[in-house]
Amino acid sequence: MKKEFKVIAELLPNNTRVLDVGCGDGSLMNFLKEEKNIEVRGLELNQENVQQCIRKGLPVIQGNAETELHQFPDQSFDYVVLSQTLQAFYNPEEVLKNLLRIGKAVVVSIPNFGYWKVRMKLLFFGEMPVTKTLPNTWYNTPNLHMCTIKDLFKFCYEKNINIKQVVGVNEDKTSLIKKSNLEIKNLFSKLGIFLIG
Amino acid sequence: MPSLAGLFFWMNRKIENINKIIITKPLKLDCGKTIKNFPLAYETYGKLNENKDNAILIFHALTGDQFVTGTNPVTNKEGWWVTAVGPGKAIDTDKYFVICANVIGGCMGSLGPKNTNPENNKPYGLDFPVITIKDMVKAQESLLEHLGIKKLLCATGGSMGGMQLLQFCATFPDKAFSAIPIACSSSHSAQNIALNELARQAIMADPVWDNGKYVSKNVQPKNGLAVARMVGHISYLSEKGMQEKFGRKLQEKADYEFSFNADFQVESYLRHQGYAFVERFDANSILYITRAMDYFDLSKQFNGGLVEAFKNQNTKFLVISFSSDWLYTTKENKDIVIALNSSGADVSYSEIITDKGHDSFLLNEPEFLKTLKGFVDSMYEKFKNEKRI
Repeated sequence: MKKEFKVIAELLPNNTRVLDVGCGDGSLMNFLKEEKNIEVRGLELNQENVQQCIRKGLPVIQGNAETELHQFPDQSFDYVVLSQTLQAFYNPEEVLKNLLRIGKAVVVSIPNFGYWKVRMKLLFFGEMPVTKTLPNTWYNTPNLHMCTIKDLFKFCYEKNINIKQVVGVNEDKTSLIKKSNLEIKNLFSKLGIFLIG
Repeated sequence: MPSLAGLFFWMNRKIENINKIIITKPLKLDCGKTIKNFPLAYETYGKLNENKDNAILIFHALTGDQFVTGTNPVTNKEGWWVTAVGPGKAIDTDKYFVICANVIGGCMGSLGPKNTNPENNKPYGLDFPVITIKDMVKAQESLLEHLGIKKLLCATGGSMGGMQLLQFCATFPDKAFSAIPIACSSSHSAQNIALNELARQAIMADPVWDNGKYVSKNVQPKNGLAVARMVGHISYLSEKGMQEKFGRKLQEKADYEFSFNADFQVESYLRHQGYAFVERFDANSILYITRAMDYFDLSKQFNGGLVEAFKNQNTKFLVISFSSDWLYTTKENKDIVIALNSSGADVSYSEIITDKGHDSFLLNEPEFLKTLKGFVDSMYEKFKNEKRI
């Protein structure tokens, strides 16, 4: 079980209704269903992943989050989860707006481009960083809009999006990120997990 | 080779021996008329288990019948969904109890226009009442009652079968634990009504049809019916699929004949499909069943709201569409998903990428069959657990 999923699960109360956007093979949905009795739904583009979810008895809709979120009514879920895909959308702002419309609150996780190893790679080697959380090279990466934890903080302030909680993840360690420790956590977190809305 | 009329007569005799129930309860049809004491023919595969939690109801499409798999005893041909249903198949008859009934209006043993009208002891012909998808579904619900099945593990169907399924779920919520509508629509589109009208006009233009009175003369308007079937066959394929399968290939000849014989393979294919069909299907049944499809509009039944139709559904849905299907498009299938979502129903959706058009659901499409199997098996586990609790 990925640390990230554990953090996401801890942010979500039991017995709620959750939409997992980009749900992959359904691992997170399964975990949420089993551990927290959460009523899950998934949206996933990849056919093989969709089949895996169906085989596990997890409700999943095959579709593209960029263009097909309109099918979910306003406030139809307690929470919407978006795990490490915000940066891959053409229009992440529009997607976020939609997620906030569908869910009463939204959990968004991002690979942190402000992580020190990422910064070092660019600063000292002059190359686009390739790390465990960012495994692709510049020409084949699906990531179009990389950002840092600080960037997403700023974005939420500018767009008047309420930040409820932010958790930084580095390997097995997690920490709460606040305005006061933002600079340092932005340097030492591989992932940022935001609870907003 | 027996004559066509003889063959038809011989087939009608075989139909006498197939499974059917007589539904005594009066059924008030949407058109206002009532039918009672009418036959509903059906077939079952596999065994109903002790807990009665392994029953799957399949609704057939326009030209289908109750013989889903194995050998159809009337035509001696393979069942129409042998790719998906049978021992070890996606819908495994070693594990599940599969039921399929011939729709009313059809011609494989259920009450239809070739049956005798008790009022004048002549075949109904056009005196047969116009039926709807809802009428078909209500009749089949009586069969479930007869078989003692309170709740189905799953109900499924493609094309018109999918339309019956949507109607079934809306009319009898909670009768199915899960449902798989395949390549269908919640209301018949203008294009589909137009194609059905083409089929009907072809039949009606055949002088043998004689206002539907051909039955008492033991003949079939085979030319009209064959054309009707050809129209259908074109619509079941995709442009790309047809091009790949036939292209401009000639039928067993080196060059054009400079005649109107079937020079091209695609022509020969259509003629074969058209004339093979007249041996097993009644022309008037095509008129009645296509009409039922055209009248199908689930949102109209629920005052314009498809969401309303699916309200309070506990059924778990899996909607499947095929990318190259231009008869029941991905868009139409997605509209069903959106409505189910909006009503809060448990819904999954998958679009199978294929060039094989609407026909895909009847073919050996591995991704489709895998999805079907995955869903049915996982639903069985859930249903068993739910019953235990």
